[in-house]
Amino acid sequence: MLWVGASIVTVAALAALVGPLVTPFDPANQQLALRLDGPSWTHLFGLDELGRDILARVLAGARISFLVGITVVSVSAVAGTLLGAVAGYFGGVLDDVISRAVDVLLAFPGLLLAIALVAVLGPSLGNVLFALTIIGWVGYARLVRGQVLRAREFEYVQAARALGAGALRVLWRHVIPTAVPTVVVQAALGMAGAIISEAALSFLGLGVQPPTPSWGTMLNGGRAHLLDAPHLTLFPGLAIALLVLGFNFVGDGLRDLADPKRG
Amino acid sequence: MLEVSGLTTVFDLASGPAAAVDDVSFEVRAGETLGLVGESGSGKSVTALSIMRLVQPPGRIAGGRVRFKGRELLTLSERDIRAIRGAEIALIFQEPMTALNPVFTIGDQIAEALLVHGKATRREAASKVVELLEAVRIPDAAARARDYPHQLSGGMRQRVLIAMAIACKPSLVIADEPTTALDVTIQAEMLDLLREMKAAFNLSLLLITHDLGVIAETADRVAVMYAGRIVEHGPVRAIFRDPQHPYTRGLLRSMPGAADRGRLRAIDGTVPVLGAFPPGCAFHPRCPDRFEPCSTTPPSELRVGDAHAARCYLNDPSQVASRASRGSDHASPTTGRQSRTDGAR
Repeated sequence: MLWVGASIVTVAALAALVGPLVTPFDPANQQLALRLDGPSWTHLFGLDELGRDILARVLAGARISFLVGITVVSVSAVAGTLLGAVAGYFGGVLDDVISRAVDVLLAFPGLLLAIALVAVLGPSLGNVLFALTIIGWVGYARLVRGQVLRAREFEYVQAARALGAGALRVLWRHVIPTAVPTVVVQAALGMAGAIISEAALSFLGLGVQPPTPSWGTMLNGGRAHLLDAPHLTLFPGLAIALLVLGFNFVGDGLRDLADPKRG
Repeated sequence: MLEVSGLTTVFDLASGPAAAVDDVSFEVRAGETLGLVGESGSGKSVTALSIMRLVQPPGRIAGGRVRFKGRELLTLSERDIRAIRGAEIALIFQEPMTALNPVFTIGDQIAEALLVHGKATRREAASKVVELLEAVRIPDAAARARDYPHQLSGGMRQRVLIAMAIACKPSLVIADEPTTALDVTIQAEMLDLLREMKAAFNLSLLLITHDLGVIAETADRVAVMYAGRIVEHGPVRAIFRDPQHPYTRGLLRSMPGAADRGRLRAIDGTVPVLGAFPPGCAFHPRCPDRFEPCSTTPPSELRVGDAHAARCYLNDPSQVASRASRGSDHASPTTGRQSRTDGAR
């Protein structure tokens, strides 16, 4: 499972990296005469409602998806890990403040909160990243806090304190590393989540703005032509499904790998 | 060297605060080994953690004084106590399996002790680590330093813990059940090593154990702890030859190869759990010699010999006299049951 997922993700990443340089068509270039044309040898995925090459747009959209996934996941994983570790290790008021913030954010459906945030801040790629990070760190913080509460009682953590190590050193060297496997699994699953969320926001017109191609906006563009030109939605839809599936496979595979009960 | 007086550490349990360490006083003199004996749950480990100010919530130090080389440890700033932990007072933990971090090499972990206190630069640390491993008799030290804890046997790991403890040349080492997790042959080696390190580095040792055999072999003086209190203390010979507290006597009788060579005798009953310590003398529900005052007021410390003291009314002539005048009622079923209900309360 891990390898299937990893292969999908690798192929997609390579496509995003190299694809736009290789395709002969500009994703923004319109050939209005050929609008809605189906797949052909020149245009493998066909053309959209404005006569733009869909393959070129899917490849360009992959870049957006990876950009969003990587940024959101790395920032929220780091922030969530640090905040969760601090809450779990020091307890007291710090823990109360951080844990209540987590509770409040978890009480909202994440995507709804992101929609509200972007609606207030205005639709743009930057605001999408911001909104998804605001809801993203919570999961990591909760996981890491739980792990740190456990690790705090480990004898080697006590031993490090008895050695005279300060709180930050103990946290960094002995406590946080115990949470890394959990965070890595969560990050792989988080990539899938961030990609779907970005697509959803863009689909609603709250994300990446035209003419920049994003899989979500492409789905939205194809909506009116679902019956007469299904290839407009089929290819970006497939791309989203495949990449999300890939990341989920990677996440599940890593989880199995990190689970000592499975060989 | 170390002077503990009136140390009280309470745990804030749901049922209210409970003293795991209650008005404990003792001293460890320069160069000596003090054995702190007691069953599990008697407060030995909490005493050790309290001295180093490592008690974690819901536990807290509620009172008393801990003087170490003339400094009061309980009022030091966090920064100052950290400078003492590991550098001046080192703690050896019970479980060599779990007291080492599985993801770092043992060399790394010994070096950490040096680096934390700035006793070596990263480069110097490597050679010091090898010296320390050699000092605790680990063969092929340079290669072993690159091993992870799981690659070593229990005895080797315990040696590593000792190496970590002596890394900064502390003057006091607190060893919390250093031999409990090891099998018997290795226990003896470990005690030899501790004695050797003590001589070589001029250490004082606070040896915490439930094993009177270990005490007999290693300690100069003994303090016996029960339910958070020190019930008897004195020189090892006096404690073993002439124990004054019924609990100490019970412990000695339950030791294999003990003086009377008969069947092993267990102490009746079980150790009370924290939060439900009986009133009066906490040992009274299990005590074969209990009489009236035992279940109400805890006895104070009474001198019973040269540097030997016990907390038991049997050593108080006035109490014993009044008991004699009332007639022997201590073993009557009513008193027994009554004291037990008292205990449950």
